[in-house]
Amino acid sequence: MSVRNALGRLLLYIVLAAAALAIVFPLLYALSISLMPPTEVNTFPPRFLPSAPRWANYAEVARTVPVARYLLNSLLISAAVTLGQIATASLSGYAFAFMDFRGRALLFALFMSTMMVPWEVTLIPNYLTIRSLRLLNSYPGLIVPFLATAFGTFLLRQFFMQIPRELEDAARIDGCGRFRFFWSIALPLARPGLLTLGAYTFLNTWNQYLWPLLVTNTRLMRTVQIGVRFLMNEEGMQYHRIMAGVVLCLVPALLILLWGQRYLVRGMMAGGVKG
Amino acid sequence: MQAPQARVRWMERVEPYLYLAPSLALLAVFTFYPIARSVYLSLFLTDPLGRPRVFVGLEHYANTLTSTFMQSMGVTLLFVLYTVPVGLLLGLVLALLAHQPIRGTRLFQLIFSSPLAVSAAIGSTIWVMLFNPVSGVINYLLGLVGIPRIHWLTDPRWALLAVGMVSIWLRLGFNFVLMLSALQNVPDELLEAAVVDGAGFWAKTRHITLPMISPTLFFAAVVGVIHAFQVFAEIEIMTAGGPSNATNTVVYRIYQVAFRQYEFGAASAQAILLFIVMVVLTYLQFRLGERRVHYQ
Repeated sequence: MSVRNALGRLLLYIVLAAAALAIVFPLLYALSISLMPPTEVNTFPPRFLPSAPRWANYAEVARTVPVARYLLNSLLISAAVTLGQIATASLSGYAFAFMDFRGRALLFALFMSTMMVPWEVTLIPNYLTIRSLRLLNSYPGLIVPFLATAFGTFLLRQFFMQIPRELEDAARIDGCGRFRFFWSIALPLARPGLLTLGAYTFLNTWNQYLWPLLVTNTRLMRTVQIGVRFLMNEEGMQYHRIMAGVVLCLVPALLILLWGQRYLVRGMMAGGVKG
Repeated sequence: MQAPQARVRWMERVEPYLYLAPSLALLAVFTFYPIARSVYLSLFLTDPLGRPRVFVGLEHYANTLTSTFMQSMGVTLLFVLYTVPVGLLLGLVLALLAHQPIRGTRLFQLIFSSPLAVSAAIGSTIWVMLFNPVSGVINYLLGLVGIPRIHWLTDPRWALLAVGMVSIWLRLGFNFVLMLSALQNVPDELLEAAVVDGAGFWAKTRHITLPMISPTLFFAAVVGVIHAFQVFAEIEIMTAGGPSNATNTVVYRIYQVAFRQYEFGAASAQAILLFIVMVVLTYLQFRLGERRVHYQ
């Protein structure tokens, strides 16, 4: 390798490392603060690392704020919305991809046209609906409005379209019923699609902000995101505890990213608008 | 013998609608109806329970065009201008850097995509701490190079920029990952052929890589503008629209009008206007951008 090449490579590493540090710094700093003794937070000049990690911050924030409950709420809501969307979207996506029926083109156009409409437009009537059903501060109020989306239907339709229709014809000649074909052949074949929709929907629901802010006002019904937002009110300037809460709420999302980045990316490229 | 066969045929005809029924029912209640209802509400004065009371026609729309709504629209456009081009450029540069064939790129790729997992609420909370004018790290680091203290979130000259910085950071993971996967799809033979012809890194990037990934760049720009138009959580957490409305974007205003002042009719009109502006902007982007995009 020539000297010029080696030098270029070194330079590249330096730039990469600097960029990586700049990007990940807020997260590392939050982690560092979450382990600082109270006396080392809010000092000037600021400290970057705790003299010794103080794990008690986590126990303290969990004692004053129901962090475990927030995590449970978010987990429950995200899982329910994800499973629900996979169920509704695989059924409707399959119908659009594999079945002939009257009004198919019209219904499909109707579905697709709603993908353009931003959530601000549906927000107010949906809030009024949920309130009039007395579903404020309830799991159904946080889950049901998101159980079906045109985007999910469209995404899974695209995956089902890749399955050759001759496969269905052959299966039916062998006496396989329609639903059985959907359930035991088409669904397993569309697995990457289900995972794509799943990873994307889970993270999106986990990170939802405005809707849970609107429909919850009791402490125990808050999701992680709303809980984090109110940490600042509840803990004042106690940044070591606030950041302990932040880190606890960040970990599940990071795990999803690590596990499903491939699927996540595909979902975002298809549905980037709602990202 | 006829009856069962007829029943089978009837089932065959009904079956598709059964598959569609759950989606259709939910979309009808939570998407189709609300869209129509928003349009309807926007023509009325509503009571605090959201019931239409007095028909006012297009008055809300007319009011909106002369009120401070236009100021919010200006703030929003400025926010789009601050965040989208810089965000795209940073994502592209990072992707180009992390796409080089050297060891350890996987680690860098992971780090560069990490903001993807950070929600706006969590990111904003962290940055409120970083922006603290007295104990915050940002002012401390700037102080080291002699820049005096900046009141990031309370100075009208800086607040929108500060929120914009956070938004760019939050969005960086998405932009990076998008660009990287586009780069990975550029055929190697094409680049190798260019190298044989004597092209250096810049020539290769300018004449092959960029044209090849231009559809992704265009997609990221369109989606980025729509996303930036809808900014909410960062504003709500970091500035609450202040100081003196410097960060009072359209969606934050809609939220205020609907859920603080309980004027659901006026807020609906503003939401529909926002939608129209977004459609027009997207259309313009397609008109102006598509010509420069190279599709294979």
